Amino acid sequence: MFRYIVRRLLQMVLTFFGATFVVFALTFANQDDPLQALAGERPITESQRLALTERYHLDEPFLTQYWYYMKGLLTGDLGTSLTGQKIGDMLVNAWPVTMRLALIAIVLAVVISVTAGVYSAIRRGGAFDNITLFLTLVLLAMPIVVLAPMAQLLFGIQLGWFPPTATRDASLYALFLPALVLATLAIATELRVTRTSVVENLRADYVRTARAKGLTGRRVIWVHVLRNSLIPVVTLIGVDLGGLMSGAIVTEKIFNIPGVGFNIARAISTEDGPLVVGFVSILVIIFLVVNLVVDLLYAALDPRIRYE
Amino acid sequence: MTVTKAHIDVLPGADPRAPLLEVNDLHVEFRTQYGVAKAVNGANFRLAAGETLAILGESGCGKSVTAQAIMGILDSPPGFITKGQIKYRGVDLLGVAEEQRRKVRANQIAMIFQDALSALNPVYTVGFQLAELFRIHRGMSRKDAKKRAIELLDQVKIPAAKTRVDDYPHQFSGGMRQRVMIAMALALDPEVLIADEPTTALDVTVQAQIMGLLADLQKQRNMGLILITHDMGVVADVADRISVMYAGKVVEEAGVYDIYSRPAHPYTRALLESIPRLDMKGQQLNVIQGLPPALTSIPQGCAFNPRCRFAKDPCRQDPAPPAYAVAPQRTARCHFFREVLGE
Repeated sequence: MFRYIVRRLLQMVLTFFGATFVVFALTFANQDDPLQALAGERPITESQRLALTERYHLDEPFLTQYWYYMKGLLTGDLGTSLTGQKIGDMLVNAWPVTMRLALIAIVLAVVISVTAGVYSAIRRGGAFDNITLFLTLVLLAMPIVVLAPMAQLLFGIQLGWFPPTATRDASLYALFLPALVLATLAIATELRVTRTSVVENLRADYVRTARAKGLTGRRVIWVHVLRNSLIPVVTLIGVDLGGLMSGAIVTEKIFNIPGVGFNIARAISTEDGPLVVGFVSILVIIFLVVNLVVDLLYAALDPRIRYE
Repeated sequence: MTVTKAHIDVLPGADPRAPLLEVNDLHVEFRTQYGVAKAVNGANFRLAAGETLAILGESGCGKSVTAQAIMGILDSPPGFITKGQIKYRGVDLLGVAEEQRRKVRANQIAMIFQDALSALNPVYTVGFQLAELFRIHRGMSRKDAKKRAIELLDQVKIPAAKTRVDDYPHQFSGGMRQRVMIAMALALDPEVLIADEPTTALDVTVQAQIMGLLADLQKQRNMGLILITHDMGVVADVADRISVMYAGKVVEEAGVYDIYSRPAHPYTRALLESIPRLDMKGQQLNVIQGLPPALTSIPQGCAFNPRCRFAKDPCRQDPAPPAYAVAPQRTARCHFFREVLGE
């Protein structure tokens, strides 16, 4: 187990360098005239242009730029955004709110999809099963660019149940609506997978044994069947959590939440290379860690899985 | 341990002097989208304490379904008990409320299954799965329940029970897993044990050990044992009486000696003739021609008539042959049992 974790961590180092390299190359190739993009409509004088080019090494070849960047990164300096802010500071500002949003969303998603999935599996073919099937299909078919503004309009503005926008220090309550919007996508797939997995396990021989032992129906389901059924669901939860942590670009933009997605969206539109790479690098690490945790969770759920 | 069987009054109305288990005219059908499959069509038998009754038959003859109906773990839907009685100590279990019925399982009637690897939950330790019985049915603490689990593993002769209690099912060998199943079934001292092909998934030497263990435990506890099998060899060694099932009916019931020496039903006879024997080396093996009937369309009259070499006109017409008393304690559902016996 220990050796497995070490090996995975070493793999993560390689993946990290590979990923940042690709992202760096992509933003580099995408750069047209970042200085003009930064200045907007205003003209830039030649001397300003020279000074800025010098500061950001914009005239150097790609590999040299990447080298400068990596040198900074490895010494703990994430660099400076083209707007002059320290990228490290921006991360510290953006992360907490995205993190909270992601955690609320994933908790909502897991609680709703697992309970609803189990119930529709027990009464498969019944009214509840059919209604959830219909709802999940509708949710799956609805892009978040439609869902988020609709939720904001209905619950945030017309009914006024929740604040329509959130700030950096938003309370859990203010983050509930955007989190729910984010959760819906995860719910749809997680619910279907839970249901299928539980249906499959209900037919297993060990369920018959558990019933022959005179256990209550509730115990058979929630103790014996559920743990066996959760294994495929955990994979999905991991992927979803990684996605949520990376910030929901659309949702954060619509609810005006200054999180990671919000910043990345802005950085891309202003061609702010260092900022994009800075955020994405951290995202890569988070994805890798979440995936490692998921793999370790498998072993915790299913003793037959042992990592060497 | 101060809790004894008498303190746990799980089934009100049970009369200790009534027969241990009686199945009368049991009918079970499965309602599927392809039609109604009549899996059990009037099964009858009795089981006394300390007795071993073997239920013998081909796959699909309704023997496992009968067992599940007795346990009350039939998947319903699609399975439905349409008629009959299952009497335990005089109480018809089919009329008992589910909450009461649940307590009968494991406490009074327990069951072990064919393939212990799939019948045990793969994600919990065997200790957990054993201790669970004591925690749920006896309200014991985790610690006491685990202690009992270790004792049980000892009783079924699992070496180093103290350490093995924390192992998972996949860490045991096939024979050891079946011992764990047996320990689980016997945990709450049931009076009836139903063993559904307990040795089919095991190799021959281990089969003998498991059957020996079952026989020992049965003797110690004076349990009634229902042994469901298609293996005539296993039956000859341990059974007191045999019920031969065909297409959901008990076609012959008799003591083990009578069945082997003078079968009264053509099906039983055909089964016995199809056992490979060493002195028949080089000769063609006798087989029963044809296939068992589809349960959705059981032939009129005697269900065995299309495959039977004794069949005559009455066999092909309803009503099906009744259970003729061939001798005391011995029945056969064949109009021509005298011919079968006498030939």
